[in-house]
Amino acid sequence: MNVETNPSRARVMITPASKPGMPPHIKLRHDPGRGRWHVLAPERVFEPDPIAIEILKRCDGVNSVEDIATELAKDYNAPLQEILADTISMLQELSDKGVIRA
Amino acid sequence: MNEVAPMEQFSEKPLVEACARAPVGLLAELTHRCPLQCPYCSNPLELDRVNTELTTEQWQDVMRQAADLGILQIHLSGGEPTVRKDLEDIIEVAAKAGLYTNLITAGVTLTRDRLNRMKDVGLDHVQLSIQDVDEANAERISAYKNGLAKKREVGKWVREFDMPLTINAPIHRHNIENLPNIINFAVEMGAGRIEVANIQYYAWALKNRASLMPTRAQVLKSAEIVEEAKERLKGIMVFDFVVPDYYAKTPKPCMGGWGRGVMNVTPQGRVLPCHASESVPGLEFDNVKDRRLADIWLNGQAFQKYRGTSWMKEPCRSCPRAEIDFGGCRCQAMAFTGDATNTDPACKLSPHHQAFVAAAEAESGVANPPPFVYRRMAPAKATAG
Repeated sequence: MNVETNPSRARVMITPASKPGMPPHIKLRHDPGRGRWHVLAPERVFEPDPIAIEILKRCDGVNSVEDIATELAKDYNAPLQEILADTISMLQELSDKGVIRA
Repeated sequence: MNEVAPMEQFSEKPLVEACARAPVGLLAELTHRCPLQCPYCSNPLELDRVNTELTTEQWQDVMRQAADLGILQIHLSGGEPTVRKDLEDIIEVAAKAGLYTNLITAGVTLTRDRLNRMKDVGLDHVQLSIQDVDEANAERISAYKNGLAKKREVGKWVREFDMPLTINAPIHRHNIENLPNIINFAVEMGAGRIEVANIQYYAWALKNRASLMPTRAQVLKSAEIVEEAKERLKGIMVFDFVVPDYYAKTPKPCMGGWGRGVMNVTPQGRVLPCHASESVPGLEFDNVKDRRLADIWLNGQAFQKYRGTSWMKEPCRSCPRAEIDFGGCRCQAMAFTGDATNTDPACKLSPHHQAFVAAAEAESGVANPPPFVYRRMAPAKATAG
């Protein structure tokens, strides 16, 4: 989980078995004034789209990527393999940006 | 996932015109006091004195007002913000108000206990500046002894407390050749982010421009080094690369556009559209002691003056990039052309562009640049304040 303190400092590659979580300094917050969600990160503010919000809400360090995709496939009535591929690619991008750890 | 353009981002993406939108960031210059004397300091030449600084309660009120106004991130800066003994009390109120708190520090006056307490009261992120990774050169640039060793220590504490660390490296002719080592230093320190920030020439940096300006070849080389490192360190360290606009063809969208996303509060409480805007004549700056932050943002004369595009002359007025770069920087237009409503001389369409580039080329081409004029507070005057 605590990747950044690992001195080897390798890039994390997201797999179906990864258990992504948001580090304490990353904040997914609803902004009532603007009526939208924000991800607050070091000197960065992101505006996640609805799918990213659903994925991020499930990144608790316990659910695996496969668990998350399975749930989303059910909720959106979509093929699991497609959702799984999209979820992995989005989480890889978020991991590269430092928004999630896995 | 879209990113809301931060203050230092060079975004090609057109931004939606929305003059009355709320700001996303506030730079709080808590003090102008600093133990370092870097010749490129972004503080104004005339520094605010300690006895004129806002009180703890006044800064805490600024934090609450900022959150109410819709500001998301607060950048606690200076001078050196940690010389204020009440920094923790300000952070605590900012964090409770829901602001994302960012400490911008040189680190040399920080202790482990204080950092630990800052974390406890809700500090989210630490940005640590370095002058160079060569000890002697770092000392020469900052006029401060043993700074680098102290910075290493501070970086370790930040990581020990599992806080995110950004290394901020201002780049100029005296350290640009060390860029690969600077990047390695940031990786070793466990930084999740590095700012390779070429000096922007305002205030002290403008005064020292002839001493600091790198050559075009050096800048191009540094861009290659950053591109290669970015790819190699993908998923390990995020890069922010701030280019020097003297060698650019289009100007930077300074502050993401005047009065569009960011505001700045000086140690005395003056509210500015950007930290250098006091160099532009004809602006009236309101003070948080007299007026609410939201009122200043929406109606303050200094914010309204260059907000949007209606103030523009040609070539900006009919330019397809008018709402991308907003005519560049008003302060640079003022400093170099004598008229703040001119297009930024960094723009190739400016009639002053050639002279602007020629100045950089001439100064950077000199083998022995002039000595630094170090950033120092002027001797106290009887009528100071």
